[in-house]
Formats: sequence, C-alpha cells, structure tokens
Amino acid sequence: MSESGTQAEQPAYEALGLTESEYELICEKLGREPNDVELAMFSLLWSEHCAYKHSRKLLRRLPTEGERVVMGPGENAGAVDVGGGWAVAFKVESHNHPSAVEPFQGAATGVGGILRDVFALGARPIALLDSLRFGEMDSERSRYLLDGAVRGIGHYGNSIGVPTVGGEIYFEAPYEHNCLVNAMCVGLAKREEMVRAAAAGIGNAVVLIGASTGRDGIGGASVLASAELGDGDDAKRPTVQIGDPFEESKLLECCLELLERKLLISLQDLGAAGLTSSAGEMASAGGVGIDLDVERVPLREPGMEPFEIMVSESQERMLAIVEPERVGEVLALCEKWQTGAAEVGAVTDSGRIRVLRGAEVLGDMPVEALVDGCPLYDLEPAEPESWIYGNRRELPAEAGVEESLLALLASPNVASKRWAFEQYDSIVGSRTVRRPESADAAVLALPEADTAIAVSIDGNGRRVACDPHRGTIEAVLECAQNLACVGAEPLGLTNCLNFGNPERRAPAWQLDRAVAGLAEACEALGVPVVGGNVSLYNEGPDGPIYPTPVVGLVGELPDPTRTASGFFARAGDAIALLGPFTPSLAGSELAKQRGELKAGLREVDVEAVRVAIEAVREAVRNGAVVSAHDVSDGGLACALAESAIVGGVGCRVDLAPLTEARGLSPEEALFGEGPGGFVLSGDPAALESLADDGVSVLLFGRVGGERLEIAADDESLSIPLADAARAWRSLGERFEPRV
Amino acid sequence: MAKARVLIRPKEGILDPQGKAVEGALPALGFEGVGHVRVGRMVELEAEDPARLPELCEKLLANPLVEDYEIESIDGG
Amino acid sequence: MLWGVVQFPGSCDERDALRACSLLGEARLVWHEDRDLSGIDAVVIPGGFSYGDYLRGGAIARFSPVMEAVARFAAAGGPVLGICNGFQVLCEAGLLPGALLRNEELRFVCRQADLIPEGEANGHFATENVGQTTTRTLSIPVKHGEGRFYAPQEALDEIESRGQVAYRYAPGQNPNGSARDIAGVRNEIGNVLGLMPHPEHAVDPLTGSTDGLRIFEAVAGAREGGP
Repeated sequence: MSESGTQAEQPAYEALGLTESEYELICEKLGREPNDVELAMFSLLWSEHCAYKHSRKLLRRLPTEGERVVMGPGENAGAVDVGGGWAVAFKVESHNHPSAVEPFQGAATGVGGILRDVFALGARPIALLDSLRFGEMDSERSRYLLDGAVRGIGHYGNSIGVPTVGGEIYFEAPYEHNCLVNAMCVGLAKREEMVRAAAAGIGNAVVLIGASTGRDGIGGASVLASAELGDGDDAKRPTVQIGDPFEESKLLECCLELLERKLLISLQDLGAAGLTSSAGEMASAGGVGIDLDVERVPLREPGMEPFEIMVSESQERMLAIVEPERVGEVLALCEKWQTGAAEVGAVTDSGRIRVLRGAEVLGDMPVEALVDGCPLYDLEPAEPESWIYGNRRELPAEAGVEESLLALLASPNVASKRWAFEQYDSIVGSRTVRRPESADAAVLALPEADTAIAVSIDGNGRRVACDPHRGTIEAVLECAQNLACVGAEPLGLTNCLNFGNPERRAPAWQLDRAVAGLAEACEALGVPVVGGNVSLYNEGPDGPIYPTPVVGLVGELPDPTRTASGFFARAGDAIALLGPFTPSLAGSELAKQRGELKAGLREVDVEAVRVAIEAVREAVRNGAVVSAHDVSDGGLACALAESAIVGGVGCRVDLAPLTEARGLSPEEALFGEGPGGFVLSGDPAALESLADDGVSVLLFGRVGGERLEIAADDESLSIPLADAARAWRSLGERFEPRV
Repeated sequence: MAKARVLIRPKEGILDPQGKAVEGALPALGFEGVGHVRVGRMVELEAEDPARLPELCEKLLANPLVEDYEIESIDGG
Repeated sequence: MLWGVVQFPGSCDERDALRACSLLGEARLVWHEDRDLSGIDAVVIPGGFSYGDYLRGGAIARFSPVMEAVARFAAAGGPVLGICNGFQVLCEAGLLPGALLRNEELRFVCRQADLIPEGEANGHFATENVGQTTTRTLSIPVKHGEGRFYAPQEALDEIESRGQVAYRYAPGQNPNGSARDIAGVRNEIGNVLGLMPHPEHAVDPLTGSTDGLRIFEAVAGAREGGP
C-alpha cells in the first residue's frame, strides 16, 4: 500500500463494490478467477440493489399467501384476483439515487421501470402513484429536486397515457442529501393471458425487444444504490439513464399484443443491470441456461465492449422467450409497432449463462452462482440510545391554537399538493372515479370486470423514526384506513423499504423492527404482501434518512357508485369521529414544528383499529355517510379543516366528547396524531347508528357556515374558511416558472 | 453589449428521444438518407460581460449532465 | 352514425374517444397509415402525445397518411373534431387557424374547466344551443402542456368576426394564457372543430360531468347539416 498522497491500487472487485470474501466465493463457484465480463456481471447481480443481501432473510417474515393472490413476491410484480377472470397487478419500486443525481430523468425512468414490471406480466397499466420525499422546502436543492421529479413523473406518465391518480410528498431534513422517489404502478390483466418470467423450452429463442442498447447507466442504479451518496457524486453522473415514453408506449402495445396472441413463452423487463439481470433471473426461475450473443444486440453506440452491452441500463427494453417457429411473427409484430426486435440468444440445458461474441465465449457462469449465490448477511441491530435526528423549531413557543393550525395547514407536509398533482394527467383511460384530493384513496372503475378498485400509497418516515415497529404498523393501518374511506377492502400489499446503511447498527435495528411491524400489521389485517422493493444505503453526510417503509394497497369495492368523498358537502350534516383514535403529540407535525421530536410512539390497539376500518368500509358501501376522511398529518383539526376547505363549507365542532372519552389535553385532541381516527359527515341518525360494540362514534359537530370553529375544553379557534384555504393552498407559491 | 447565440444540444452518446423520433419519421415523408438527427434549443441574448457566459450556460441554460452548449458571438448591430 | 377515431403512435386518449363516440353511434379506430375513411360519418383526432409531442405537438403526426384522407374528408364538408393533440394536428395541417404554444405557466395542467360555447356557426355546430334559451357553461377537463392558443392580432380579429370561436374559457378559468380565452375554434365553413379541453372525459357521471356529450352531439349535428 502506498503511503504517499496518491490512491493505492485498488483491486478491480473492490472498485466494483465486492468484498474480498465475496470475490473469493465467486472464484470458488467458478472454479477459477472471473474475467472482466464475468466480474462486471457478478458485481452487479451481487450488489445490494439486485441481491438484497442484507434484507432477504428479513423479508421471509412477511406473510405472502392469500386466496386472492395470483402472483406473489419473486415475479415482476404481484397480482390479485378481482373476479370474472381478471387480475390486478401492482408493485412499487424506488429510484432514489438516480433521482438525487438528475431528478427529472431519475423520476421519469423510475416510472418507466415500474410500468415495464407490470406489463411484463401481461397486465395493461391503468394507474400510477408516487411517494416522494425531499429535504425541507427552504432548501433550494430540495425545491430543485421536487420540481424536477414532479416534471419527470408528469413527462413520462402523461406521455404514455397512464393516469397518475395518487401519491404523497413529504419534506424532512434527513432526506436533504438523499431524496426518495418511489413509483407504484397498477395494471389489469385477464388471468389466462398473464405470463411469468421463467425461461423455458430448451432451444427456444431469446429475443430482445424495444430500444437499442447504449451506455446509459452503466454501473448506474445498482452501484449507486449500494453506496452512500457523498462528494463523489459528480463522478457518478455520466451514468444517468434517459427515458423515452414514446418508445415505451410502442413497446407496451407491442408486448400486450404479443401476449394476447400467445406468441411468447415468457417475458421480463430490463431494469437494473440490464441484460445480465433479466437473462439471469429468467434462467434461474426456469432452472435452465441461457446463451447470449452480444454481436446480435442492436447498439446505439459504436464500439461498445461486451461487458458494457451486458450491463447497460438503456431503457425501454424487454427480454422474451419465443419458440423458434414463432420468432418471425414476433419480429413482424414488433415492426408494425415500430419497435426494435432482435434474436440475441437461446435457452439451453446447461444451467449456465454464457456470453458469446459470435462463436467466441467471453463469459461462462453457473446461473445459480450468479443469481442466487450471493451470500446473505445477518443484520447486527442495536437500538440507538436517543433520537438520532435533529430538531428545528419553526413555530414560536407562544403560538396559540389558531396560529398553530394555520401554520400546520401551510406546512409543506400537510398542505394541499395540488401544485404537484395538477401536473399529472389523472383521468386518461376513463376509469378515475375519485381524482386526487377528492377522496382519501384513488378509485378506478373496472367495467370489464364488473367491479372497481381503490389504491393508496402511504408512509411516514418521521413516525417510523420515533418507533420503527409501531410506526410501520401505523403506516399499514393508515393505508388501510384510506381505502376504507372509499369503501374498499384491501386485497394485497406492496412495499418499498427505504432505509440507511444496513451495516451500521442503528439503521439495521430500524430495518429489523420495521419489517417486524410490517409482518404484524399485515397478519392482523389479513392482507398478504405480494411484492415490493428494498432500497438501502440511503445516507448523507449527516447520517441515515428517516427509516421509511412506503406501503401501497390495492383494494376492491364492488360498486363504484357506492363510494364516498373526503369532504363536507351539505350544511346541516352532522360530523362525527369514528374509531379508537387516541392521539398524542409524539412524532406529530406539531412536535416537529416546535422542534420537540424524540423517540417513542403511543402503543397501537391494532385490533380496535381493524374493527373501525371495517365499520367505515361498510358504512361507506351502505351509503350511510356523505364523507369519510381519515385523520393523519396535523391531527384532527387539520382533518376537519381539509374536509371543510375542499368542500367549500365551514364547520363547528366541539371536541369535549373526545377529550373526555380518551383523557386528552386540548392540544392532543386538536393536533395529536395516531391511527384509528375517521372524520365522517352525514345524517346524524345514520352516523349514530354506526356505533356498536367495539366501534366508538362521537358526534361532535355540524357542517355549515363560512368559518372553522373548533372548541376543545378551554381552547378554541375560529378562523374564516378562506384564511384556512389560503394557508392550505400555499405550496405552489414557493416556485417560479421553469425555463 | 455583446450579442451571443447559445446552441444547446444533447451530449453525444446520450439518448435523444426527440432526435430519434424525428429521424424515424423522415422516411415516411420521403426523406431518405437523413440521419444523426439531434434536437436541441437555441437561446439568443446580449451580455455586458461575455466572460460570464459559460457560467450562465452551465448553471441555467444547459443541463451539463446531459447537454453540451456552444456560444457563438453574433457580429454587427 | 359511424365515428372514425384516428390513432397515431403515441395517441393516449383514442380509447376514451372511442368510448365516448360509442355512446352516440358506432365507432372504430383508424390507424394512422390508413387512407380509407369510407363509411365514416365523422372523424375524431384524439388527444395524447402523438410521436411523443417531439419537435412540436402534432408536427410529425400531421404528415401521416391518414391526414391526407382527413383533409379530403374535411374539404368535402365532413365533420372533423380535433381534441387537444388533435387540435394541434389540425393547426399544423392548416385545417384550422392559429397555433398551440406552451402553457404560460410552463407546466402541464390537468383540471376541470368551465367553457362557454359561442357563436352561431355558419350553419353548423350551433346544435348545442338548439332548444335552449340560455347558453350554459360546460364543465370539461383540460390536460395539456402546450395548450395556449395563439394567432396574430389581425388573424384573431378575423376569427372572431367570422364566428369561428367555438368555445372560450369562463372568466378566471383560462388555464394556459390562450389569446382571448379561446378554448376551441372552427374553420370558416364550420365543419372542422378543434378544442383543447377533453369532451371525451366528460361523458360518464361516474367519472365526471356529462357536458362533453353536447360537444359530440354538436359534431354529429354538423354531419346532418352538411353537404
């Protein structure tokens, strides 16, 4: 090792992110040292992003079975049965590190990738949602990333004609150096037309469909995702992937028609690690081998090296297995759709991946070693002694309840995200029954299946940071509550686990506890996990991000005309709170604004929340309520304000029944947070009738007037609705037009 | 005041979806033998201090990650 | 009544348009390479991102083979409806005056808008006012990034004076800075209509308003009134 200022000669495997023992294991499995092509391929498939080295053991705890499950974890996406021979496929995936580098293309290609995962199953994408997290809004960089990500999502989703129907955006200092961009896609398929990824049929052709292959993202997503972002960002920049939604639109139609005509044995999209991972995964799933000839891959750039071709992350490409006698038809159909296609290899019985250049063998590896041979690591979790994240006071100590409410309504986490979602086409496809902000979940009609679904994506990193176990349970409950508000019953869950460096003890503990909470909540609600994604090493110079499990639920509601909205509609309607809601200021937006965040969350009575969820769902389906809105960020006062503002009508509410029933302070009742709270409006008798054993219903107000009037014991507030609306709709004022 | 024209185009090697789409459409319109189409944009401006133009291009007019720029000075009045 | 809905590579809302047209007759898709419009009573050029909107919205699509047939169809008096990207295609093709430019706020915008139908057309497209004594606003969603209608002042004056303005955004509802709040225009004869808002997304009470049906009815009416 050199002692001077120059860089010591680093072994190639180390530069590619492999440890010494991993390298030795590769040599052992190959029976020799790997050459450059093989080393590049191993380094990507054995990266955290592809191999889930630190999370795979944990994920085995998740419940994945259920009678409605059609495809579970391990396929391109999960899918659930919605009756009549139809299935709904869905998945969420992260594109965090690329978005931090180039937010427009990072977010756009994140959308492109998740779309492909869904149509790779043979499902036509019918909706997109996205969960975004950035640093605080007063950071120019965070505004830049937010702006770029929203434009990128809009660019890709709108161009390809898939509506973006929901999502969430959060702003917290721990995401400043590591933003989160999680994209979710939902698709619809006839069960009999769905296809799996497993390669099959010795002698079958491997056909590459879609765009030509360039140097996009070489060493991109995978390598970036396995390293913390530090000062070396700039050197990683040339690996940006560029998305082309027009190309993907042609690719999508082509693939769906190929599947409809039963021309494909299997299909897989090319994502992280490109040809290497898709060929590898297809071969592994099918228990076969694959030969690939790099000379037959259509290239965009001249002079690409074999390893570059194998790991390129050029977008809008799919890999298909086709019977030899049908290859001609496949190529002809691709030509009709103006999308590229080339036969690039064959399925073999060797159980090995071989990279060829004509007759020359450039790489030869056992599939098992490449795809499943990576060692899995145990975490070494250790609970931190105290709150490891900072605090920042925004709200003056002497702020009264009115000032506090207006500050909360205007705070970027609570405020209306209309500035963002109006940049998305939320209606193309004619299925959108509930558009963004009109209800707590998106509702999509499925007339061909004679049913409808609801979708929501939810997470709360800050609360999970306070208590990873309880916070994750809350995230699942929150999502289920959102579905209940539109009358939907969850069928399956997808999740993206966004965490810090798993080799460090605090993030390891967070991950371990969060997965335990996820498993517990899913079991309690009877909802299987049908797929998901893990993104680790999300750290900046100040430490890890908030531990952020993001949860996506798809639920069914048999009759889309029997669904509620989230806002008050008629003066004179009664307002009630349903559920075991027992809020506290722990982990709340108010605590954050006061700079008083610390570890710990109130315990959750999951069973009581589950009962409340069912009660609300039934009430909505029976038409017993005019509106249903769950209580989340900013607490009950904000939930009431939101229902009033969107409805354009005020309310008068007295929270004394709540403070008394649950032993709360006025502040807790107004601004405390926690699961199990639903704000309902409607006919008073109808609301009262919802009370039952185990279901608490507190009538405490009326819709009407032009003010928000909320009393809570010795505290009270009275604000003109227009003032509240102005505060809540102020997010867009922070941006200037872009060139 | 110096007049300048800045030409901004996608970097060589970066995918240019617009250029690709235009190029793909040309044969159908009867234009064979046209290739390597790249679509960018052009900004004209007048600057008191032309020495700062490269910085202006890097920070605002172009995205140096994915675009190259070229500054031409325009002669005359 | 047979509607033909043109489909370009990159069209998005063609299926939505097909659905809407099917409520008022029969409808089929017309692939962009098709030159045969025989049997078709009205043509719809739908919204979306034909050819990715690359270069300029509608700029590439307008050279598709089908557009030659559409131009002949329009010249013969057949009703043609261009929605959003379809409007752009018709302007690029010279079948409608003006051009659609980038939204003033430079962002894509998707929201519900109130439209005021306007003008006694020259024999056509007046049917939404038939039987009504007042002109009520139509609630129709817009969703576009390049929807700002523009023409030079003199051209705008001509468009106005010839009764070619078909729809305007209600006061305060102009989402993109369109000149004179213009949301839709007709050609001089009145058989070609282009508008930025999406009537095909306002035909089903389950998903929104049903005011869009009136626009399709007006187009269908133009066929009856035509040569």
